[in-house]
Amino acid sequence: MITDLLSTTVLIGILASGIRLATPYLYAAIGETFGQKSGVLNLGVEGQMLLGCFAAFYVAYTTGNLWLGLLAAMFVGALMGLAMAFVTVNLHAQQGISGIGFYLFGLGMSELLFQRLMGTVETVKGFPKIYIPGLSDIPGLGEIFFNQNILVYGAYLLVPLAWFVLNKTTLGLKIRAVGENPDAADSLGVNVARVRYFTIILGGTLSGIAGASLSIALLNVFQQNMTSGLGFIAVALVYFGGWKPVGVLGGALLFSMVNSLQLWIQVLGIPVPSDIAVMMPYVLTILVLVATVSRVRSPSALSKPFERES
Amino acid sequence: MRQRFETLIDALLPVIATLAALAVGALMLLALKVNPIEAYAALWDGAFGSTNALAETLVKATPLLLVALGICISFRGDVINIGGEGQMIIGAVLATWVGLTFTGLPGWLVITLAMVAGFTGGAVWGGVPGVLKAYFNVNEILSTVMMNAIAVQLMNFLLRGPMIDPSQAQLASKIPQTARLEDAFHLARLAPTRLHLGALIAVILAILVYILLWRTTLGFRIRAVGQSPFASRYAGIKVPRYMVLALLLSGAFAGLAGAVQVYGVNYRMITDGSASGFTGSAGFNGIVAALFGQLHPLWSIPASILFGALLVGANSMQRMVQVPSALITVLNGLVVVFVVSSEIWRRRRQRRRMAAAPEAESPSKPDQAQVRKEAKS
Repeated sequence: MITDLLSTTVLIGILASGIRLATPYLYAAIGETFGQKSGVLNLGVEGQMLLGCFAAFYVAYTTGNLWLGLLAAMFVGALMGLAMAFVTVNLHAQQGISGIGFYLFGLGMSELLFQRLMGTVETVKGFPKIYIPGLSDIPGLGEIFFNQNILVYGAYLLVPLAWFVLNKTTLGLKIRAVGENPDAADSLGVNVARVRYFTIILGGTLSGIAGASLSIALLNVFQQNMTSGLGFIAVALVYFGGWKPVGVLGGALLFSMVNSLQLWIQVLGIPVPSDIAVMMPYVLTILVLVATVSRVRSPSALSKPFERES
Repeated sequence: MRQRFETLIDALLPVIATLAALAVGALMLLALKVNPIEAYAALWDGAFGSTNALAETLVKATPLLLVALGICISFRGDVINIGGEGQMIIGAVLATWVGLTFTGLPGWLVITLAMVAGFTGGAVWGGVPGVLKAYFNVNEILSTVMMNAIAVQLMNFLLRGPMIDPSQAQLASKIPQTARLEDAFHLARLAPTRLHLGALIAVILAILVYILLWRTTLGFRIRAVGQSPFASRYAGIKVPRYMVLALLLSGAFAGLAGAVQVYGVNYRMITDGSASGFTGSAGFNGIVAALFGQLHPLWSIPASILFGALLVGANSMQRMVQVPSALITVLNGLVVVFVVSSEIWRRRRQRRRMAAAPEAESPSKPDQAQVRKEAKS
């Protein structure tokens, strides 16, 4: 039965769904990278995603317009980001803990709204696969890379975009400066508060999209607590990737490929206990964190509130 | 006089934060077209309205308090333990295994062994992230979250396979649950309510944790490391060791919470595939209770009762005025956000006070621990 895994169709299936499953991790983790680069640890990603999940699904379900759903998710995520920014930037709240508060808020709120507004599990027709003439027809590769929906493509485009913004633009320089040495940045006239507001709201918006990618592009349903820890893993992926978009991409792919493999193992009925298989990505993450974290330095001002000396 | 007034305000900050959260909750209820007074009355009634309601509140408060005690230790040591859920699960699994294996032994002995097993299981599950943080520089927030996920899968695997109820194993349904513990192994109950001995154990432990933190060298060192790792290292304290200990003890109390839950309430383990299916999110809500109790073991007692009451009251609110009990999760989240946000006023006043009379402040004041923690983390 193990040999079933090695047939070309199955391999292509595993790789294609691995590419697809990395989508929510990518949006959320890239968003979190911006926040952490500017010195803010947002642990509320899971809550933002859940609200994004619900907002996207509900709006898409009631209006029939997926784009409106996506917009709703972005808006809700941005609002959560705004609240988080106010609490961390203006009120200097301890970030690890306020993030847990926002997680609980999002968890409860998405469930509350779901029960109140819908009550039963429904499905929507999510974003369709996009056929790219030529590319989609390449045997194997076409199926793996070029037969996905728009949000999947968007997630992969986000990686070079984030790299460019962080490393090649003035904005990126400001973000990094604020995360490394806010006092110095401040004395050079960078508005620390404004930069952090920007990154946290951007992170929230991307988390919202991450949620939407689950509910209206990949799974096309909404269930209570449907992210089930995905947002926390996204935070871990930022450490995993050494605060670099490409590193985050690597981590997200590793995670999604193992996940996809695990799903296929179940589909094919290979006698490996599925619970143990599901556990593997988490064990792997811890091991990789052990191997990498001591080598990569985090942004110096990460999770430190900034206060002007006066 | 003015100073006393300000101290009072400091002590009341969590209460004010909770009232603010309840006010936001009231607005949400209005938006849901529910009369907030009616809803909160149903909540109060469900939590305190009868002997039985009160007992249920205390039953719900017990795991919260046990987890909160561990959180007091770890947060005082400046390590953030988000792994209460996983630690509870592992503690419960080990304790259940004890009860299902040593069936011939007397009840008191098995219960004792099971509690020790739960404590140990949680200690291991908290100790691993502790070692990873202290010696490998792995962020404990992340590792504890990962350990939660691993614990859930381990539980699912064990309850579907090696530990499954033999009678379920024969059926097609194969409900993932263990066999029921013998009656002799159940924690004593205050009949006819479901209030069990675990509540008393938790309160006694709260006193012991207070003594540990403020009356022993171990506790002093954990707090010292939390306040200033650099000064501690300079004073000859082995900082990594106390980081590990703080997380290990924190996990141990959560593990005990899991064991108490099995032996006091459920008498078996059953899984719906998620962590909260077993823990009822006590691993997270315990953090809320500990923060609310200002990371003080004794203040955590009323704090846990408050949040136990919210959880029990939420169910009756759902029945009486059809408000989903998830509203309480929302309120819990808001309480956390408001409590950590309100710290800024305490710190500001403190800075003013210190500027006015620097020598009046003693360094062992818990308030200062907060300040230093803030400055460090």
